[in-house]
Order: sequence, then C-alpha cells, then structure tokens
Amino acid sequence: MTKTITDVICPFCGTLCDDLEVVVSDDGKKLLEVYNSCVIGTEKFLHSQSPDRVTLPRMHQEDGSWKEISYDEAVEYSAQMLAKAKKPLMFGWSSTNCEAQSVGNEIAEISRSCCDNTAATCHGTSLIAIQDAGLPSCTLGEIKNRADRVIFWGCNPAHAHPRHMSRYSIFPRGFFTGKGQMSRKLLVVDPRITDTARMADVHLQIEQGKDYELLNALRVALKGEWLPDVVAGIPSEKIRETADILKSGRFGIIFFGMGVTQSLGKNHNIDEAIALTKDLNEHTKFSIMPMRGHYNVTGSGEVFAWQFGFPYAVDLTRGFARYNPGDTSTIDLLTRGEIDAMFTIGSDPGAHFPISAVQHIAAVPSVCVDPHLTPTSGVSKLHVPVAFNGVECGGNCYRMDNVPIDCRKVVESPEGMLTDEEFLIKVRDRLKQLKGVA
Amino acid sequence: MTKNISLNLISGRTIQQGVAIEGGKEKPLYRTAAGIIEMDESDLKKLGAWKNTNVRVTSKYGSVVVKAIETTQGPHPGLGFIPMGPWANAIIDPNTYSTGMPTFKGVPVTVEVAMNEPILLGIELVQKLCGVKTA
Repeated sequence: MTKTITDVICPFCGTLCDDLEVVVSDDGKKLLEVYNSCVIGTEKFLHSQSPDRVTLPRMHQEDGSWKEISYDEAVEYSAQMLAKAKKPLMFGWSSTNCEAQSVGNEIAEISRSCCDNTAATCHGTSLIAIQDAGLPSCTLGEIKNRADRVIFWGCNPAHAHPRHMSRYSIFPRGFFTGKGQMSRKLLVVDPRITDTARMADVHLQIEQGKDYELLNALRVALKGEWLPDVVAGIPSEKIRETADILKSGRFGIIFFGMGVTQSLGKNHNIDEAIALTKDLNEHTKFSIMPMRGHYNVTGSGEVFAWQFGFPYAVDLTRGFARYNPGDTSTIDLLTRGEIDAMFTIGSDPGAHFPISAVQHIAAVPSVCVDPHLTPTSGVSKLHVPVAFNGVECGGNCYRMDNVPIDCRKVVESPEGMLTDEEFLIKVRDRLKQLKGVA
Repeated sequence: MTKNISLNLISGRTIQQGVAIEGGKEKPLYRTAAGIIEMDESDLKKLGAWKNTNVRVTSKYGSVVVKAIETTQGPHPGLGFIPMGPWANAIIDPNTYSTGMPTFKGVPVTVEVAMNEPILLGIELVQKLCGVKTA
C-alpha cells in the first residue's frame, strides 16, 4: 500500500507551489511519484531517491581522492575552520529553511563572518533599488484575483518559474479576472523571443542592456512628452501604444528578473522600473515584484534583515553588522581575495559565480553543505551531504511575495543523515566551546 | 586563419538547465543542457558552422568550449545565449561596479569553430579552471 500526501510545498523556485501531491511507500521511506509539480520540481523530489547519493561527509585528500568521515569530524573541521579564520565568508542560505538560516546567523556572529545569500547573483541590485526608492508591491493572490495588465520584464517564467503563469499571473480565473487569460493583457520585454514572449499580447524585443532607456521612455510616453523615433530598438509609436495599454488597465503588475538586474545599469534599472510603477499609479493601480529564484532566497533576506538590519552582503568582521555592496558583497570579496575561509550552504556558487571568484573558493579552507554533488562540492575541502529541505525535513520558507509558507517533510532521509539545521547547531555549539562563548 | 564572429553574450535559465541541476550536476545531461551556446541561424551561417558543432567562445575574462546550437527562442541575430552554469561563468564579466552583482548579461565574445576540442562536464570544467587535483 502507498500513501498520498496532499498540499505539499515545492522547494524549487520562489513561486513555492503549495498544491503538490506526493506518493510515498507505506513505511514513509520511499518517495514514488509526484503530481502537480513542474518538471523541475518533480526532478528535485525524485533525485532525493537517487541510489548514487552521497550519504557521509567527505574530505578532499592531497592526491585528489575523497575520504569518507563521520559527521562529528565534519563538525570539528567546520568549527575549527571558522574559529581560526580572520575573515570567513558564510554564503548561500537560499535553499534551506529560515530556522537553519537563523542558526547560521548565530555562527556568523560568533565567528565574525561575512554573510551573504544568493541575492548576490540574482536580486541583490533590486534590494539596493528598493532601499533607494521603496517597493509598491502586493501578493500573488491579489494578482490572481485582480491583475489585468501583466508585464514580464527581463524574465522568462515559462522556463524559470514554470507554474507561475498557471497559478497566479496569467491563466487562473480570479475574483475580478473571471475569464482567466482573456481578462488580462500580457506584455513581455526581452531581447529574445522567449517562450513567454510567444504568448504575449505585446512583445517589446528590446536591444539588450537598454532597459533603463525603455523604462524612461515609457515614463515620458505616460506624460505625453516628445520621444525620439526609436528608443532601445523600439519605435516610439509602439512605446506610446504600450503606455496606453498600461494606463487603461484596472490593476497592473510589473514582474522583473535577471534581464534587468544583471545587465549594465543594474540597480538603476530597477530604480527606473519602480519610478514607472509610481507614475502608473497616477492613472491606475500598479504594483511591482521581483521574480525571486531560489525557493527561500526571500526568506534569507528576511532573516538577515530582522537579525542584522540588512538583507544581504552583511559583514560582521568588526563585531557589528556593516552593509556596503561592492565592498561587503561576496563576488567582490572573493575576486579581491579577501576571504580566508568559505562556508557554503544551500547554494552552488561553484556553478553560478564568475570563475575568478570560484578560483578563490578553491584556494582557501572550505566547507560545502549540500545534498547534491556540485561544482562547489568539487572544489571544496569538505563536502557535507544533508537531508533535502522541503522533501526530507520541513521548515519555514518565504514565497517571492514575502508570504511565509511552511515546507513539509514527505519522506525519511537516509539513516543517520543530518538536516541543515541539525548540522549547524552542532557547528555552533562546538564553535562556542572553541571561542569560549557562553 | 580560423574564422570567428563577434556576439553579445547573455546567460539565463532554461527549463532543461533547471531539470539538469536537480537531476545531478555531475551527469552528462547537465552538459547537454548548459554546455551550449544558442546562436541565431544567420550567425551560424556567418561563422560557417553546422548546427551542433563544438565552438570555442572567448571573452576578455576567459575561454570555454561549448556546442553551438540553433536558437530555441529566437531569432536574435548578434546575440549569443549560454544557459546559466559553469560554461557561461567561465567567460562572463565578473565586474560588479560596486553593486555586488557580476555582469552576467551583455559580454562581448568571439566564437570560433573548435570541432576537435572536447566539452568538459560541469564539475570537471570548474575543477580544471580552479586547478583542483582530481583522482
């Protein structure tokens, strides 16, 4: 006999779908099938059952081989590394729960670490802009029920947030959007004709990197002022037409992604997008929301912010929290070679950082806490496999609209395997002993 | 002399890359999903390359061998797309301009045919570029 668990939360992207059904064996030890999730979410659940999974911590040896060690030895190495380092960096946090993040912050305080999450390579620039200009936002539920103008700017949810459009933004029939997709106008701004753009009522195929110019031109068009014939590759008539479509809606939303945050202009692109949202509010109701990637990157920002006052790029080396992107941010710390120990958890900088930053991770004592084999584990001195959060243990996570949702445990982890939080608690307690902290 | 063309490179998520990272980054599927450059048909013609040819992509910041495939989300002449991952990150611009964010999109690159050069697996590529000894 098998059991079906309903209302399971998907720990992949910031959409944090909460309607999955998972079939497990009667003893709860094997996960057999996953329903309702996207193909990426399904793969995540099923990969936890992989027979070739690493189940014990491993130390990288001089000759390049790996030696299995116990969790106690892994705790000792991690605590000693953090205790000895002058400027350790604790990075990641976006693929684990808020409870583990909070224990991590205690460790960071004791070891006077720099700490940062994956906003470093996704919405860090958005956070800077939000601090500059504020964020008139809303929840995904409001969008489902009200939004009749939906813009995807520099993001491609058909690939990156596969169920976003079917659950919230385009297809669902909401209270004031009873005809679903027919009730909404979809606008996409992207230099490629993405699979999201193919569904759009209006696709502005912008010249790559000219987001600021086009956002500014839309603001000009809203005010009915003069525009050049072409801005960012888009004819002025099309820009005015788009402005009219936006103005004529009852409730609009701008979703923005890496196309805006990672292109030149960076935080200033987002400043301008927020300013456009503000201007649109003179005509109708408009909101703006970053399309957060990791399922709990938002939670990491929340936990950093309520414990340290800043959402990412926090430097505790002086014994108090400092925040100065460009100075205290991970990529800059690594490429300048300032870090003397690296503790990675719940993310894969080895795959997603520029190689010049990864080279510095490989050069210093390092720990990678991750259930998977990754480029980060491949260049770290110690790899600690842990239970899959959201599959083999529960915990609090934040959806991209800052709504907290508790993830659920659906299956047992391999015998003896620790969760992120359990491992961090052991490291914290040992670090306290080493540092003589009560 | 080897023929090469200049492109503006961007990186980003694809659903195939998403499935591959959750399925195991040590596996060949990750290379199939992200060790590629999506190029416009006109750019492949300019380069004189067949679809699915190995090419070397070089920027000011590094060089990497990937498979050139015809774009799946185009046309976008002049623009190259490598899915996010170690292959893209071997050549993207690490400058953050005091924001903390590298410039993952908008990197000038040159592309040349490298028919006989191998495309490394994801973990293998990062280990090699970092000089990490492997057994």
